[in-house]
Parts: sequence; structure tokens; C-alpha cells
Amino acid sequence: MASPTHQTDQRPSPAAGSPLAIELRKINKRFGPVHANKDIDLAVKRGSVHGIVGENGAGKSTLMSILYGFYHADSGEVLVGGQPVTINNSSDALALGIGMVHQHFMLVDNFTVIENVILGAEDSALLDPSIDKARRELQRLADEYGLAVPADAVIEDLSVGQQQRVEILKALYRGADILILDEPTGVLTPAEADHLFKVLETLRDEGKTIILITHKLREIMAITDTVSVMRQGEMVATLETTQTSPEQLAELMVGRRVLLRVEKGPAKPGEVLLEIENLVVADDLGTERVKGVSLSVRAGEILGIAGVAGNGQSELLEAVAGMRAVRSGAIRLNGEDVTAQDEDSAADLRRKGLAHVPEDRLRMGLVTNFYEWENAILGYHGEARYGKGVMLNVDAARAEARRQIEKFDIRPADTDLKTANFSGGNQQKIVLAREMERDPDVLIVGQPTRGVDIGAIEFIHGQIVKMRDAGKAILLVSVELDEIRALSDRIVVLFDGRIVGEADPETADEGELGLLMAGVNQKEAGR
Amino acid sequence: MSARVSLPRWVDIVLLPVLNVTLAFIIGGIVVLVVGENPIEAVRIMLYGAFGYGYGFGFTLYYTTNFIFTGLAVAVAFHAGLFNIGGEGQSYVAGLGALLIAFAVGGLHWALALPLIIIAAGLVGGFWAFIPGWLQARRGSHVVITTIMMNFIATSLMSYLISRILKPANVSSDMSAPIDPVTRLPFLAEWFPLLRNTPANISFFVAIASLFFVYWLIWRTKFGYAIRTMGHNPTAARYAGMSNARLIMLTMAISGALAGMMALNETAGAQGRLMLNYVAGAGFVGIAVAFMGKAHPIGVGLSALLFGVLYQGGQELAFSMPAITREMIVTIQALVILFTGAMSEMLRRPVEIAFLLSRLRSADEGGGR
Amino acid sequence: MEDIISILVTTVRVSTPLILACLAGLYSERSGIVDIGLEGKLIASAFGAAVVAAVTGSAWAGLLAGIGVSLVFSAVHGLASINFKGNQIISGVALNFLAAGLSTFLGAAWFGRGGNTPPVSGDARFYGIQLPFAAELRDVPIVGPIYSGLISGHAIMTYIAFLAVPVTAWVLWRTRFGLRLRAVGENPKALDTAGMSVSWLRYKALIITSVLVGIGGAYLSIAQAASFTPNMAAGRGYIALAALIFAKWKPVPAMFACLLFGFLEAMQYRLQGVDLPVIGPVPTQAMQALPYILTILLLAGFVGRAIPPKASGLPYVKER
Repeated sequence: MASPTHQTDQRPSPAAGSPLAIELRKINKRFGPVHANKDIDLAVKRGSVHGIVGENGAGKSTLMSILYGFYHADSGEVLVGGQPVTINNSSDALALGIGMVHQHFMLVDNFTVIENVILGAEDSALLDPSIDKARRELQRLADEYGLAVPADAVIEDLSVGQQQRVEILKALYRGADILILDEPTGVLTPAEADHLFKVLETLRDEGKTIILITHKLREIMAITDTVSVMRQGEMVATLETTQTSPEQLAELMVGRRVLLRVEKGPAKPGEVLLEIENLVVADDLGTERVKGVSLSVRAGEILGIAGVAGNGQSELLEAVAGMRAVRSGAIRLNGEDVTAQDEDSAADLRRKGLAHVPEDRLRMGLVTNFYEWENAILGYHGEARYGKGVMLNVDAARAEARRQIEKFDIRPADTDLKTANFSGGNQQKIVLAREMERDPDVLIVGQPTRGVDIGAIEFIHGQIVKMRDAGKAILLVSVELDEIRALSDRIVVLFDGRIVGEADPETADEGELGLLMAGVNQKEAGR
Repeated sequence: MSARVSLPRWVDIVLLPVLNVTLAFIIGGIVVLVVGENPIEAVRIMLYGAFGYGYGFGFTLYYTTNFIFTGLAVAVAFHAGLFNIGGEGQSYVAGLGALLIAFAVGGLHWALALPLIIIAAGLVGGFWAFIPGWLQARRGSHVVITTIMMNFIATSLMSYLISRILKPANVSSDMSAPIDPVTRLPFLAEWFPLLRNTPANISFFVAIASLFFVYWLIWRTKFGYAIRTMGHNPTAARYAGMSNARLIMLTMAISGALAGMMALNETAGAQGRLMLNYVAGAGFVGIAVAFMGKAHPIGVGLSALLFGVLYQGGQELAFSMPAITREMIVTIQALVILFTGAMSEMLRRPVEIAFLLSRLRSADEGGGR
Repeated sequence: MEDIISILVTTVRVSTPLILACLAGLYSERSGIVDIGLEGKLIASAFGAAVVAAVTGSAWAGLLAGIGVSLVFSAVHGLASINFKGNQIISGVALNFLAAGLSTFLGAAWFGRGGNTPPVSGDARFYGIQLPFAAELRDVPIVGPIYSGLISGHAIMTYIAFLAVPVTAWVLWRTRFGLRLRAVGENPKALDTAGMSVSWLRYKALIITSVLVGIGGAYLSIAQAASFTPNMAAGRGYIALAALIFAKWKPVPAMFACLLFGFLEAMQYRLQGVDLPVIGPVPTQAMQALPYILTILLLAGFVGRAIPPKASGLPYVKER
């Protein structure tokens, strides 16, 4: 056998004949008070593509981390190829033929492809023989599965899609028969995703077993043979893909009929409050990410920016918020030029009537070590009502925090609790309350419901619409197309730092938007 | 990952630090045993040496004054997420500022000179810390490395200045000419005869005032709020419109200025002249003081006092137990930094388990009734 | 010629502990553990070596003791920074003080010489080794002074130091251990998910660090000098750290950086008390400060850019 991995005794031979590649019985896992996996049963047939869907926090990633030996289950049984096994760490999983492609790639950025592939699977204490062998093996895998990547290229020079291929090659090089992919398309363009699906089909046809974790129902319908649905730590159903529908899966995921449309009346657009003209912005490494964007947002409307993550959304938001220097172009707020010259202009923009709900609340919008009241004034602490001159009026800040807690139903209602102790949904409410309560003219919002539970999503969407109806101009960025379509009055699609099309949410269909997001330029789409 | 037990706040703020310090002292005690002395007896002698009589107490206050300044310097930077190891050098060069202004206004009454000396020492010490701050803010070089380098540069620079330029021709040891006695900060003994013949001087009150100042600065001003925001989450600070670069430079300058206040106690006070290597490690003691005091002024004040006791009591101890030298204090200082700074999480797990057990037990008892 | 050779010989002598400490730091920092504690480890192992050599009368026992002491220090550093996920810089600073305090304290208590250890000689000390044919070649022009004068006649640690440079380069780029070492300092998660132990790898790096710095410390107290004196490392640990940054964490440039700093030190001895035209007596303080000033200029980006391993200084925590 030409397999490059060290065959171990523990590994059940495929000839043993169990039709199941993986079987999980009554798996339980708790993180403190959180019961992440409750009595999970799962059976995956050999040579199939099995999807696992569920909302953020449903327990999918925890389950797969248990299978991959990253966590230990508190109780339950794991069978691989019909044999009960103990998986204590990732090397046990690898020895059993289980490989994993993580959502965030586990690559060493300044290593070459080949160094990354052999890392941890070297044959001997000296590198050269391993490298020579890996080079031959990579060539074979490239030919067999259409997974070509330049072997001597350094990872940081590769595209995201290519980096993902390296991750798959790493698993295959180690002889994986069972491949787990965790949200693999989150960072891919639709074209790259299509290519990935072709590779996965080839792998399945070669007899490999694929487990695909995703929250995108379209992918489940497109590629899987069977699908399991998880909800709040429980496995609620396992179905043949051909026997189900996206509607049924969505219902299983959330546990009740989903409110697919947000209740909102027609927009009454007023004057232009935010205007962006030929904006060019670079990221921290100096690469241009926003390449000449022009748009305008009127009072009383929500402009949604759709696009695959990493197409310049973050840099656009940061530039408009005054956190990132603009290379060229102009930003006008209420007709006044507010183009940021440096990364320290956020306070100035707030004073001029711009509020910003950031994409990543934990990294940016909150200081988790602060008490709730300290976060309730973040960015507005300079205002006179929180103290004259250099002084900070703690009582005034607490009073404002109490007001926000009441109005946005933030729980627990405790201004002196560390922010880290609030749930994701309540943390997001702290940010929203702070930004919305200042009665801004323009509100820019990034990924408003990322990592937020269903109940809070409805509340948050409702608040955004309320702001619109109050005559604010709202710029919304989200990678969730459904969210963009449900909330926006107009949609523009961002691809590779440029606006590649505009669409009417009432009439545009998903296919057209998908094509635009993939960079297939159809200026007339949606008109 | 294991389940986390939520501990009451007093455990974090009081119990764990106290346990960590106790651990440091227990190990220190073992070291004393190793050289064949009785640690309990050693503590008794130290306490007597530090508090038992006026002369000793005066020295304790004098040392404490230094450590409050250097401890606050580290603490302020720490709130901004910066680790200023450069207190030693910043205090040293600040001596130059204190000396030169005292020369310049020589003959001016000390009460009028004091504010000027504070400003001059603060400016020079602040400038020495501003350089690493500027390097971090504008050029991205880490303050830890640059402050270490600046310490060595300060040593070379000051040794050159003192031995080659400031030293009067007729003096053999490396020190400057003395400050005018009228300008020199007065000893506390002038008001408290109990403290006669001790170097404790009115800088002690400046140190106490600094404790209040730092509390006010960090928790009651918008600038302090900004410092703490950046210290916990620099990205959030930028989001809130604070300039990280400006905050880093300002905080380092304030930190250096606080370290520079040590020149009041030594150059303008106790010695009344600039001496070679006068800082003698007090800048480094500040690191231990800040960690032990959890960077809070109350904690810093108490830990500075503890180290004051160790330094003065340690001198006394060296007389009674010749085997125990001053370096024992450096050892204790190292252990305190190690246990309260680097290994502060070590005891958390056992304490969590203890709490869990006691909760289970009380739950059991409740159920049995 | 003789002047040049004599300065170069001094350069090699004073560079030896720098190179050993610098390479020691290289292994540690490549694995993701910042080691501000090099200074302390130099002091501690110099002390350990001097004490054991003086007591047993064996230089080799002293060398082993030096390595042993620095292993203990590394174990504490590892415990703090790997197991308890503590702050590596704070841990290093603490260990520096611990070494300075404990060595002088124990030295004074045990030997009563104000912290000095008794001088060692004979079998208890390492002397220069005459390489083969050194005597015969001494009078040959050019080759003679270089081989017999410069290359021959150093203590064994000097040869170990210069040998460790190519060995380290080879380990780093050509072996499995080197590949994993470089990876764990850049992205420890990549190793963890590939089934390797991040902790164990970092401990292995720390063991190598201890051995190298232990040899360097022993060199100070029982080869270069004949006894331990308080604060004997005199900032060499920090200079080694500066050299490491200067060399951008690469072994061969590290050697040259150490030789440069060693040369500055040698010149400083040489120029002591010499009157230069215009300037007058040479300010030796300026020479002392030069390595630190150069490092600051480098760090400021005025002389190239130094980018450390990405994960250095960060404890590895598995995310939930």
C-alpha cells in the first residue's frame, strides 16, 4: 500500500466491514454551566457526505472537536469502523484516519506548503527524505483529486482557497479516510466553494467519508447524502438529504417557524446623510482592500452591503467609522467632509453624529474586563455629561447604564457586573443600546447578529428598523445574505473592494446576488 | 478545558494575593533555614528593627517613600498594558533634573523650591520613559526591551556625568557638590524628634499624595478611563476614538515622572547631592511592589511599606544574624514577583476546589436536615 | 599585528558567554518563550559551577552543576509560562532577581567572602587548550599568529560555543525537531491540531536553552575567572538578548552580533585610560552603552526591522 502514513495497530482495517465509518453514542459535554452536547447519537456511513447543520452555538463544533480529540467527552462512546475507540488527542484521531479542516486554518504562515504538510508527519529525524517523499505524494494527490498547490510557495502568499487546499492535503497526506470540514465555505467565494464541492465529490467517490459542518442550508442540499440537525446541544434529527427541504431543516434548526421576513413598512428616504465617494482604503499590511467605492445613504433607509467575508467590508466600515486612514476619496456626513486622515478619528465622527456597531463586539466594541457601566459610555466618555474637564463622573455613567439596561432589556440588569459575564446576545445589546441611545444621524452596523441567539436576533432587527423609521441613515454590512435581504431597503454587492452591482431586495433573487458576490459583473442585475 | 468555579470577588482581590505573598515568604523562610538561622526569630528582629524604635522607623519610612514612587510608576504603566522595567534608569536620570534645578535656585527656601524640583525631576524621569513610549507608539518596538536598554544607557550616561563633570575637584568619591542647605528638603526629624538622625524627609508626604493622585488619575478621570480601556483592549480604545499612540507616550511619561520623584527623597532630600548609583535597585523593587499591590494605590502603599520594613529590618538583621545579608531582600523581592506576578494562577485551582468542596458540604448538610 | 591579534583574542574570550547565552535564547524564543531571564541563568549557573568546582575540586563537576542550576531555573520559568500560562516577562524578571539575590546571599552565608566563592585552580578550573601543532606553527608568518595565537588556546567552552552555531543552524533548518521548533513559535495551534504536544516541545527547547546558558555561566566563573563574584554576568544576558534581536533570531548572524558586541567590549578594555586627540580620555561609558544604543536604533527600525516569532511571549491556551 502506498499510503504515506504510519499505519498503527489501533486503526481498524476497512475490510472489517462495518458499513459505518463513525458512530457516536450518548455523547455528553459540559463547559461549566453550559451543556454543549446532550446525549448525542450520530452514525455516518462509509463513503458518504454527511452534513451537520445547526445555528451558532448549537454544539456542532464541540461535537467534532470531541471526535478529533481536541476535547474529551464527559460521557459516551465513540466507534470508528465499528470498533470502540478512545480518542485522547489529535494524534489518536489521525492514527484512526480522521482528519479535520478547521474553520480557521492551522497553518504556519511563514512556512512553505510542503513544510506545513509534513509538520508532525515527518518520517525521520532528518527532514530531507520526508520532503522528497512529500513532494512525490503531493503530486499524486494533485493529480488524483484536482488539488494542485505550488509545493514551495509560502502560505502567506497563497489565496484563502489555496490555503484551504493545503489543509485538505495535510489530512490526506496523513492518510485520512474520514474528513471533517468545519464551516469550509465561510471564507470562500462561490466559485471557490464550487471547486471545493467538486473535490469533496471526488473524495467521496474514492471511498472517503466526509463530514461537513455548516449553517448554510444551500450547501447541505447541494452536496450531502445525509444530514443531521443540531439544536441547543441536542441532535434533533437525521435525514436523507433527498427526503428533506431547506424549509424543514430551517424549522428543525430553530425549533419553530422562522420569521423569514422582518416586519417593516416601506422606506421613506429623505436627504442624503452619508456619502462616500471613490473611497480607497488599505489594510494593516498596506494592501488595498477598498478600491474606489462610492455610495450614499439617505435618511430613513437601510442600505445593505452584501458580500463574502474578506472583500473589503471590514476596512470600509473602519474607514467610515474613523478608525482607519483613507488613502483617497471622500466621506461626507451631513454634507461635511469627515474623511479620516488617521486611525484616531472615531471620537470626532461620533461628535458629528455617527454611531458604529462594530463587526466584532468582543475585539472592538467592548472591554470584557470592564463593568457593564464602563462599557455603556465607551466612546462617549468625553461628553460633558460624564464629567467636566478631565474628571469622570462615575454616578452619571452608572445612571446612563441603568437607563440603557432598562430600555434594551439587558440581562442581568446589573451595572456592576463584569461584561464578560453577559451572554453574547446581551453583550450585543449593550453595544446597540450605547450606539442607538445617542440619537445619531447615521448608524453603521457590522454583522449585528453574529453569535447571537434567535430571540435576541428578532429584537436587534426590530431595533434597527425602528432607527430607520426614526429617520436615521443606516449602513448595514453582513455576510448573512438572508439578513441583508430581510432588513435592507437597497442592496449593493461588494466584491474585491468594489461595488459590483445594486439590487432591490423585493425583486432580486438569490442566484443573481450569488453571481454578483462571486464577482460575475452584471451591472444590470436587479434593475 | 475544565469547568470554572466562580469565586467571590474578595477571593480575587484579597485572598489569592495574600496567599501568593505568604507562599513567597514561606520559601524565603526555607532559604533562611538552609543557611542555619531561625526564620521566625529573623522576622521578629526585622519587625523590631523596622518599627521598634524611632531610628529604625525613620529608615523604614525613608525606604517606603522610594518604593511608593517606583511602585506607582510600574502600576500606572501596567493599567495601560505596558510593562515599564525602566524605573531604575528613570529614577537615576531624574536625579540630574532635581540636582540642576536645586543648583539653579540655590538659596531659595525649600518650600518654594519643592514644586520646581518636582517638576524638574518629573520632566527628566518622564523624558527617559517617553523615549521607549515613543519607540513603541511610533516604531512598534516593545517597551520591555527598550526600557531595559535605557536602564543601561542611563547607568553609563550618569556615571560619565557624575564622575567626569559633576564631581568637584577636591572630592575623591563619585558624587556631585552638595545642594544649598536652605533649598534641600528638610528631614522629618525637624518636626518629629523621634525620627532624628534618619533620612526620612518631607518627600514622604509627596509619596502619600502621589498615592491619592494615582487613584484619582486612574479611576476618576477620563484620561484614566482611556488608559484602562487601552490596557484591556487596544482595539476597543481605537474604536472609542482614543489614540493608542498618544496614550502610550503619555502614560510612559507619567510613569517615568513618578519614578523620577525618587530623586526628591534621595538627591534633594536624604543625600542632598547626586551620588553614583544612588537608585540601588529601588526601581526594580517597584516591580514587586506593583504586582503585590495589584497595581492599586492602596495595595502599592501597603506593599511599599512591607518592602520598607524588609529593607530596614534586613539591615538590622544583618547585624544580629551575620549569615543573613541584604541580598536576602532581593531574594524575597524575586519570590514576590514570581508568585504574585508570573505564577498568580497557580493557587487559583486549589482555591477553586476548596470552595467547591465547602459548597458541596454545606449543600449536603442542608439536605440532611 | 600583535595588537590586532590581542584585541581579537579578547573579543573571542568575551564573546564566548554571549554566543552561548544568545543561542540559548534562540532556542527558547523560537519555541515561543521569551527569556528575559538569561541574565539570571548566567549568574545562577556561574555561581553553581564555582561552588561545586571549589567544593569538589573538579571543573567538570562544576560545569555539570552550572547546567543543573540553569535547568532548575528553566523549570520554574517553564512552570510559570507553560503550565500556569503566566506572563513570561514577569517570570524572567523575577528569575533575574532570584539569581542575583540568592547567589550572593548563599555565597556570603557559606563562604563569608562578601558573596565571592573561593578561587579555584588546577583541576577545578578550565584552562586554555593548545590545539595540535599550535607550538610548531607559532613562528610561521600570518598563519602562526592566527592559528596559534587566535584560534588555539581557548577554554573548551569557547570551542563549544563556536561549534554550537553551525549545529544550531543545521538543527533549525534540516531536522524534524527544528521544523517543529520553528512552527511552535509561529503557530502552536498548528502543532496541537496535528497531534503534537506544544508543552513538551517547549520544555525540550528550554532544556537546550539551559544547557547552553549553563555552559556560558560556568565559563564566566571557572574558566574566564577563577571564582564567582556577585553580579558576575554584568548585563551579558541582556546583551545576548539584544544580539538575538539584532540577528533576527538566526544562528549565524547571532554569532556575528555577539562578536561585534564582544569587540566593543574588548576595545573598551583596550582604550581604558588612553588619551585621544580632541576628545581627551576615552569615555569608556560611551563604549559600554553602545550595544544598547545600537539595539534601540535597530528596534526603532532605523537599521532594518526585527520581527520576532509570532507566538513568542504568548502562553498557549486551547480555545473553548
